[in-house]
Amino acid sequence: MNRFAQLLDRLQREPSRLGKLRLMTDYFRSAPDPDRGFALAALTGALSFRYAKPGLVKALIATRVDPVLFDLSYDFVGDLSETVALLWPGGAVAGEDALTLGAVVRTLSETGKIDLPRVLAELLDGLDETGRWALLKLITGAMRIGASARLAKQAAAELGGKSANDIEDLWHGLRPPYLDLFAWLEGREPRPVTNDPAPFCPAMLAHALDEEKLADLAPAEFFAEWKWDGIRVQAVVGEQSGKVVRLFSRTGEDISAAFPDLVDMLASLPCRTVSIDGELLIRRGGLVQSFGVLQQRLNRKRVSAALLAAYPAHIRAYDLLSLDGDDLRALPFLERRHRLEAFVAGANAARLDLSPSIDFKSWDFLAAARRDPVAAGAGPDAAAIEGVMLKRRDSIYVPGRPKGLWYKWKRDPFTIDAVLMYAQRGHGKRSSFYSDYTFGVWHQGTEGDALVAVGKAYFGFTDEELGKLDRYVRNHTSTRFGPVREIAHGKDAGLVLEIAFDGVNRSSRHKSGVAMRFPRINRIRWDKPAREADRLEALDALLKE
Amino acid sequence: MQAGALLALRPAGLYCETGDFYIDPIRAVPRALITHAHADHARPGHGMVLATGDTLAIMAIRYGAEFAARTQAIGYGENLRIGEADVRFYPAGHVLGSAQILVQDARSRIVVSGDFKREADPTCAPFEPIACDTFVSEATFGLPIFRHSNSPGEIAKLIASLRLFPERTHLVGAYIFGKAQRLIALLRQAGHDRPIYIHGALEKLTEYYASRGVALGEVRKVTGATDLAGEIVLCPPTAMNDLWSRKFAEPLTAFASGWMRVRARARQSGIALPLVISDHADWDGLCATAVETGCSKLLVTHGEADALVHYSQTRGIAAEPLHFTGYGDDEATPAEIAA
Repeated sequence: MNRFAQLLDRLQREPSRLGKLRLMTDYFRSAPDPDRGFALAALTGALSFRYAKPGLVKALIATRVDPVLFDLSYDFVGDLSETVALLWPGGAVAGEDALTLGAVVRTLSETGKIDLPRVLAELLDGLDETGRWALLKLITGAMRIGASARLAKQAAAELGGKSANDIEDLWHGLRPPYLDLFAWLEGREPRPVTNDPAPFCPAMLAHALDEEKLADLAPAEFFAEWKWDGIRVQAVVGEQSGKVVRLFSRTGEDISAAFPDLVDMLASLPCRTVSIDGELLIRRGGLVQSFGVLQQRLNRKRVSAALLAAYPAHIRAYDLLSLDGDDLRALPFLERRHRLEAFVAGANAARLDLSPSIDFKSWDFLAAARRDPVAAGAGPDAAAIEGVMLKRRDSIYVPGRPKGLWYKWKRDPFTIDAVLMYAQRGHGKRSSFYSDYTFGVWHQGTEGDALVAVGKAYFGFTDEELGKLDRYVRNHTSTRFGPVREIAHGKDAGLVLEIAFDGVNRSSRHKSGVAMRFPRINRIRWDKPAREADRLEALDALLKE
Repeated sequence: MQAGALLALRPAGLYCETGDFYIDPIRAVPRALITHAHADHARPGHGMVLATGDTLAIMAIRYGAEFAARTQAIGYGENLRIGEADVRFYPAGHVLGSAQILVQDARSRIVVSGDFKREADPTCAPFEPIACDTFVSEATFGLPIFRHSNSPGEIAKLIASLRLFPERTHLVGAYIFGKAQRLIALLRQAGHDRPIYIHGALEKLTEYYASRGVALGEVRKVTGATDLAGEIVLCPPTAMNDLWSRKFAEPLTAFASGWMRVRARARQSGIALPLVISDHADWDGLCATAVETGCSKLLVTHGEADALVHYSQTRGIAAEPLHFTGYGDDEATPAEIAA
């Protein structure tokens, strides 16, 4: 356990990606089985305990520390594991590693619900502060140590001179502690065989387009299509004594249960097996609906018949990864696209259509299409377009985010000038600073002009700006509501923030009636008086568009 | 805080009507009593300043001899009557010259602690708990997650790093008054006997500490283009990332502050070796002090007041935060100072 704790501790303090990679590879090379496998599971978020959950940790600390003091501390630290590790009374001195990670994982998974608080408390008593922190990270599953699941896989892959993608291809068929994976990587056993009938293929992702580099690219080498404002999905049909249908999110999470309408459609496609990459949208009366409408269907474990009828789901396909047992990922994009076109046409399914291409000869033409999709022939679905996608015609399907193959060219964000109204401490990287900002715009109310809150932003600024904003918040607090600070705001007081955002939805949850999409702080307008900030009408106008 | 004749909060700071003076005012006033010479508590331009001799001397070093129209030195424990109020200064254990100020009249005794700490410090007189009715406390580290009374252990980390990386300059950022000199003294206590190098901004204050008999050993100002591999160099936090620091051999940055106990803060500051050393009382120190003074009322000037207020209330002490802004810069991390 101490070695794993040291690994997490050093990973968290190491700023460079290469340094993190080296730390993890060293650990995987030297730590024994099954410890390293459980560590890999922890780093990739693949470890979950039935009873050991954040709630249990909170209940346990409540028996040791005054709850008011705990809440204030948690608010400051912004990380449950760290807060509890710092507050846990008594301090063991780091000593011999009697407790292996494997033993801890076994203990946590085998202990019943009733005994678990006592067992966990004993484990915590026996560890030093770093050990407690690591153990709690393991339990709560929220690592936040700046090393992604993919980086951990890459670190493991380097044991056998393999790439992260080699592991990704196998990943969904593997289970912790990955003895077979490590045996293969170390050349002791053949490649593990997975017999998942409907596996997830790690998605190929696009880079944001740097417009200045556009001149270096040849339009003839690229295929363009609209970027749809839904969620990226992978629809997979497999065979195993009958058809197996799964719908995965971009990250490989199985979301089939929330979309029975799509599962039915996929099951009746005219093929044995297929894997389609596409956008999940809501289509009503032949029209694609906005992301705000789609949100009604997201994050639900189960859906009612009424919801299915009111928000019919649809897949707009843009790639074909495999068909009837043939892996197509090594084919050039255009070749895959031709097969996809034929497949979608042959399927003739109401809930499945093809993402149309944009014919273009020059970047200027495409730039104009991006600005005005309607004029470029996007048709009645133009409102659900958030930019254009560029894909090299000869690009094979590479998992991850390879350079130089696919680009997303999003529509320019909207901006408004809003006034800072409330601030709260942030979590993760920004924790302990006031970094969550609620902002508002002017609106004519019953008692004259007043600021009405329209959104919340917690990124877009540099660390240096964060320091300034934190100081501003602390020095301009007018009232406190628990952890929330109200910042002095009005015609003659207040800080103006220029907010960039991708769109506006109608919202019944906000008093203003609107909710912004992906708001972030574009600029801090230290120079601008609050009375000159924007009005709610500016956002309402976007709604009507 | 209830407006009282003995002590009330005004925009410029804590004001004693009975004696017509302010304590640590944040803007220029006719008469100021100063607890210690950190810039956020000791500002220039007052008409008359009453403080310990060390505090007056250090203010003169920082602001020039004309920092106030008139000054008057007071020794620890000495009684002085100002108007209808009696005033005494007691050691606060924060930095050289730092004091708590007792203000009393026939009806009540109030102690204003300024900034204080309970951990032993070789550079200043130790804190003495003073019995009072009302204790005015700081709470820079007023949360139970803050425990930082193991400075020798932290200094050992710095010395161990020096052994591990003998080819690298160890660049230690520290507030130029108090923290820097304490780090030097702690290094000496830990047996580090190599010369210690300092940035020019620390020179005068460090010389003053030495002249007051604080054992600092051989301290040298950094001059010329020397790379000082394997040596300890102390500098203000602002100098850690500027041009000045580039001449050193692969500098390994360390920073001493109570905030270093929180991972996100340590990471945000971009420090390779965070040292949890503070000149402020930690949580245990704040709680113990509130109880030891026997006060029936606790007022918290600045910092993380809410938890200390809550704790005091559970101990039967009427407590309230003053939410006074303007204090608390001396533990700031380099990122905050850059801002």
